Amino acid sequence: MSEKILEMKNLVKTYIMGDEEQVVLKGIDLQINRGDFLSVLGPSGSGKSTLMNIIGCLDVPTSGTYYLSGELIRDLPEAALSHIRNREIGFIFQQFQLLPRLSAQKNVELPLIYAGVPEKERQQRSAHILERVGLANKMKNRPNQLSGGQQQRVAIARALVTEPTILLADEPTGALDQQTGHQIMGLFKELYQEGKTIVMITHDADVAKNGSRIVRIVDGNLSEGVYNA
Amino acid sequence: MLKESIKMALENIISNKMRSFLTMLGIIIGVGSVIALITIVSGATSTVTDQVASMGANTVTVQVQGTPLKQGLTQGDVNKIAELSNISGIAPTISGKTTVAFNGNTMDEISLQGKNDVYFENTEDVISSGRIINSIDTENKSRVALIGKDIADELYIGKNPIGQEIKIGGITYNVIGILQESDSFASADTNNSVIIPYTTAMGVVGAKYINSMTVYIADELLADTTTRQIEGVLTKAFNGDEDGYSIVNMQSILDTIESMTSILSMMLGGIASISLVVGGIGIMNMMLVSVTERTSEIGLRKALGAEPKQIQLQFLIESVVLCLIGGIIGFILGVSLAWVVANLIGTSFALTASTVVLAIGFSAIIGVVFGFMPARKASRLNPIDALRSI
Ligand SMILES: Nc1ncnc2c1ncn2[C@@H]1O[C@H](COP(=O)(O)OP(=O)(O)OP(=O)(O)O)[C@@H](O)[C@H]1O
Ligand SMILES: [Mg+2]
Repeated sequence: MSEKILEMKNLVKTYIMGDEEQVVLKGIDLQINRGDFLSVLGPSGSGKSTLMNIIGCLDVPTSGTYYLSGELIRDLPEAALSHIRNREIGFIFQQFQLLPRLSAQKNVELPLIYAGVPEKERQQRSAHILERVGLANKMKNRPNQLSGGQQQRVAIARALVTEPTILLADEPTGALDQQTGHQIMGLFKELYQEGKTIVMITHDADVAKNGSRIVRIVDGNLSEGVYNA
Repeated sequence: MLKESIKMALENIISNKMRSFLTMLGIIIGVGSVIALITIVSGATSTVTDQVASMGANTVTVQVQGTPLKQGLTQGDVNKIAELSNISGIAPTISGKTTVAFNGNTMDEISLQGKNDVYFENTEDVISSGRIINSIDTENKSRVALIGKDIADELYIGKNPIGQEIKIGGITYNVIGILQESDSFASADTNNSVIIPYTTAMGVVGAKYINSMTVYIADELLADTTTRQIEGVLTKAFNGDEDGYSIVNMQSILDTIESMTSILSMMLGGIASISLVVGGIGIMNMMLVSVTERTSEIGLRKALGAEPKQIQLQFLIESVVLCLIGGIIGFILGVSLAWVVANLIGTSFALTASTVVLAIGFSAIIGVVFGFMPARKASRLNPIDALRSI
């Protein structure tokens, strides 16, 4: 048995809009082990992003329990959630979310600033990780001087640089053409082979197949898919 | 973290040059006008008070008009004033007209003044050569005289008058010094004057009354009390007639000038600081726009691990940096303006450390006060909503 790093039990998320309640996640049970490459597949509006926000500690569940690295995530002050996000989670977004004024390297250094890493070490680590994603010669470029695929690589480098417990990607290929999407998926597979734990959210079954394990979420209910071998 | 925040603040200000500058304009104008006004007013104040103080801050001047019964003060009246406490000295003056002569040459309509050693000890540059009238001359009613430049030139052609004799009103005196030449703007023309000890004027010439005097105060803080006591003596000397004399206390004039100018500078500063508040509101507005524009950036930073207080600090620093830059520009403009004005109207220009601290401190405070609300708003943004807003 490999090490369990994430566990959800009967997790419910309810949104209240005026006097109407909408139950978006209806009792999710989920377990993720170290080294998993989990694809969460589901149609639009099924609650994928809601689940990702909870996994990423950007949001807290209405009821149920969520353990991340053995710690119960509930009713923590914002500052504590910030520290957990910084330490445990590497976010990869559909729209890359790079800061346009900063160079690729400075973008990658951002989470290290909040981790309190000194400047010199930040530079070394960001340079090293940008090399790893194949952007050794683009470190000084700003996002608008990079292609979409290169921008997503910068975002991946930024997620990797803190060596988080989980890489959390929401539609990482959603804004890319098919070929570039393939290349990014290739990089994800390499990272998986290196032993990284990845949670990838997608509505595209073909993209989901890259994962080592697929779960389907439909209308707020999660069901275990087949292992992809 | 602080260094990063300052760097990010500068980057953001530079990347929005035009908007940053327009926003700063309020602070520039506010700080500039406050600093200019304060510097101009304090320069003018110090020029005026210096002038007044050079007349003697610790002096009470008594002019004697006299009454029909008594045309001036007697030595006895002066002695009574000298007996009061807090008096360091009295310089009486007797004035009149006389004739001077040397070697058969005569000059008419010469101003004769009787003074004492106290006057010379407290007044600079009275003579250009020779010696002044000292206490021994005063006590002994010596027949010594200081003579004006015109008299020296006219009566002692080609000779040094010092050590020579002079006849003043028929009595022979020894010339001991030459008076400083007075220029045409001076209030009193000393070129045609002679000065002798006032005791000589009373005892030898036969003058009965002292026409004016300057009383020197030991402790300026008690000047008002001492002035009132002198008034008491004088009123008694003229039998209760207060029209017999007039009295001027320099310290009270100085106090009045200073309190008037400090009220003036506070008023002007207060009016100018309204523009500082307007400038601050401009900063707040720009910061609020900036927070809205950068909502997704804030969300991203939070997702990457920024604590709310770190976000708050970043925006606060941005607002403070913006205000400080505006404050420094405003300070330079304000000081330059004050310098130009001081040179135009001929007052003194002094840049004090407190003005610098005031300008820098005020800008920083405005940055904190008006940046606080936008910064807190940024720190409270929900990262999920913030990230969605692209
Ligand atoms: N803050 C919120 N307040 C109220 N309802 C919300 C909120 N966020 C999401 N929802 C609702 O929850 C449901 C699930 O939303 P979610 O964003 O998780 O879907 P998704 O699976 O990510 O869809 P997509 O593939 O389109 O991104 C939707 O019906 C949405 O309207
Ligand atoms: Mg979504």
